[in-house]
Amino acid sequence: MTTMTTNWIDAAAHGDVPEDDVIGLALAGRDIALYGVGGEVFATDNICTHGHARLCDGFLEGHEIECPLHQGKFDVRNGKPTCAPVTEPLRSYPVKIEGGRVWLALD
Amino acid sequence: MTAERPEVEAAALPHEGANAHSAHTIVIVGAGQAGGWAAQTLRSEGFAGRVVLIGDEAHPPHERPPLSKAVLSGAAAPESTRLMKPEAFDALAVQWHPGVQVHRIDRAAKQVLLSDGTVQPYDKLILCTGGRARRLAVQGADQVPLHTLRTIEDAQALAPALRPGRSVVVVGGGWIGLEVAATARQQGAEVVVVETQSRLCERTVPAEVSAYLLALHRAQGVRVLLGAGVRGFARVADGADSRSEVLLADGSALVCDTIVLGVGLVPNDELAREAGLACEGGVLVDAQCRTSDPHILAAGDVAVAPSPWAGRSLRLESWQNAQEQGMAAARSALGQAVDYQPLPWFWSDQYGMNLQIYGMPTPAHRVVQRGDPAIGSFVLFYLAGDVVQAAVGANAARDLRFARRLIEQRKPVDAERLADLNTPMAKL
Repeated sequence: MTTMTTNWIDAAAHGDVPEDDVIGLALAGRDIALYGVGGEVFATDNICTHGHARLCDGFLEGHEIECPLHQGKFDVRNGKPTCAPVTEPLRSYPVKIEGGRVWLALD
Repeated sequence: MTAERPEVEAAALPHEGANAHSAHTIVIVGAGQAGGWAAQTLRSEGFAGRVVLIGDEAHPPHERPPLSKAVLSGAAAPESTRLMKPEAFDALAVQWHPGVQVHRIDRAAKQVLLSDGTVQPYDKLILCTGGRARRLAVQGADQVPLHTLRTIEDAQALAPALRPGRSVVVVGGGWIGLEVAATARQQGAEVVVVETQSRLCERTVPAEVSAYLLALHRAQGVRVLLGAGVRGFARVADGADSRSEVLLADGSALVCDTIVLGVGLVPNDELAREAGLACEGGVLVDAQCRTSDPHILAAGDVAVAPSPWAGRSLRLESWQNAQEQGMAAARSALGQAVDYQPLPWFWSDQYGMNLQIYGMPTPAHRVVQRGDPAIGSFVLFYLAGDVVQAAVGANAARDLRFARRLIEQRKPVDAERLADLNTPMAKL
């Protein structure tokens, strides 16, 4: 049995996540993208499941991140593919804002 | 190369067996990127009838752009180009016929005759037959090995020749020629590009972009000969080496180990022409991807479609068009309202440089430059009045994405701010 304790990792200052835009960061050996939408922050893997481009170089419109390489799209809230050519979902991570910091649960 | 077996047989399909005559069947000829997306889209749009996918290649639907780059250099496996993971392809429950050609379309009986002797009836037929690499009908063309680059097998055949100490002549300074030249150079080969026109990619980009590409390749040590026609090929007589000669129109000759032809694409429209469908440098379709036969559609490299961006009909030989027109043809075949008039988008990767083109730049446009080729990143905007109609840029994917929005919104812009790198594109 595993315990249900969530392992929150301090990822960034809340103020470092731009509104209506995306940044990339390395966290615990992973390439992560953080998105600022409507005052909320969302987190997914940063590498597109299609062409292996970095989504932090992409184009955020509402809750959709568009890959800069082939313009496939994902919903940043859950990683679901929303536009061809992507068909594989992106891994998304729980986020909480606490003490002005963005915390992620990577496990 | 092992041919892959179709994983799903007709017996497993819905409707099959209940009443074969009521089963609605859509046959797709050509299992490349357009055909693959057509098949995928039929299912994602809820079509539960039979989908028959016939491809003359041994491989499941895949994307071709990496074949002249990562697959050619060995950095990526051919399997990495597949449109779908094997389990996702299986889940489509498509009756896939790899390594099979269609010999004839019988429009009266609404069926296609295959090279394996079988017949496939259809309710709707989608032609995604693509094209093949053009050959040169010149003297000696049958005397020397001439590589082309279109298929996985082409890339695998050429790859071993691209290494230090080997020389490669690329005939044709278009996109495929330049991408092969870049990969060959990065693999350490000596490379000469021979182009018959006075500039590179003359058919698709304005002169200033051709000049940028020329400088890029020369800086990488590629010898580029412009205005150089090829009058023939010859085997080099002396020695035991199997070397070849490219004979140029001015009487000179280039001796090399390997010759690659990158002289364009011939659309595979023979099936359509023999069936009496209207063709003009490819299969003519409308914005609903319909040919002159209402039961037959066409998409991808083989289709000639009206383009409001070009003001004429044209074939778009691009990754974008293969995907999006394939999807559009599938929806049209299902009776959905389709109006396929995409803003043309094209890209090329050479030496880590990413070049993209949106729209159709012409000499009549006013050019506004943002960034600078000298600093390695720039966008050239092509304006009619104050409206951006097209854009070409290198190493500026993010700005280009905003350029697409400007073009699609037809929004007037201030040329000075457009040229100013301190004005974010998002603010225009």
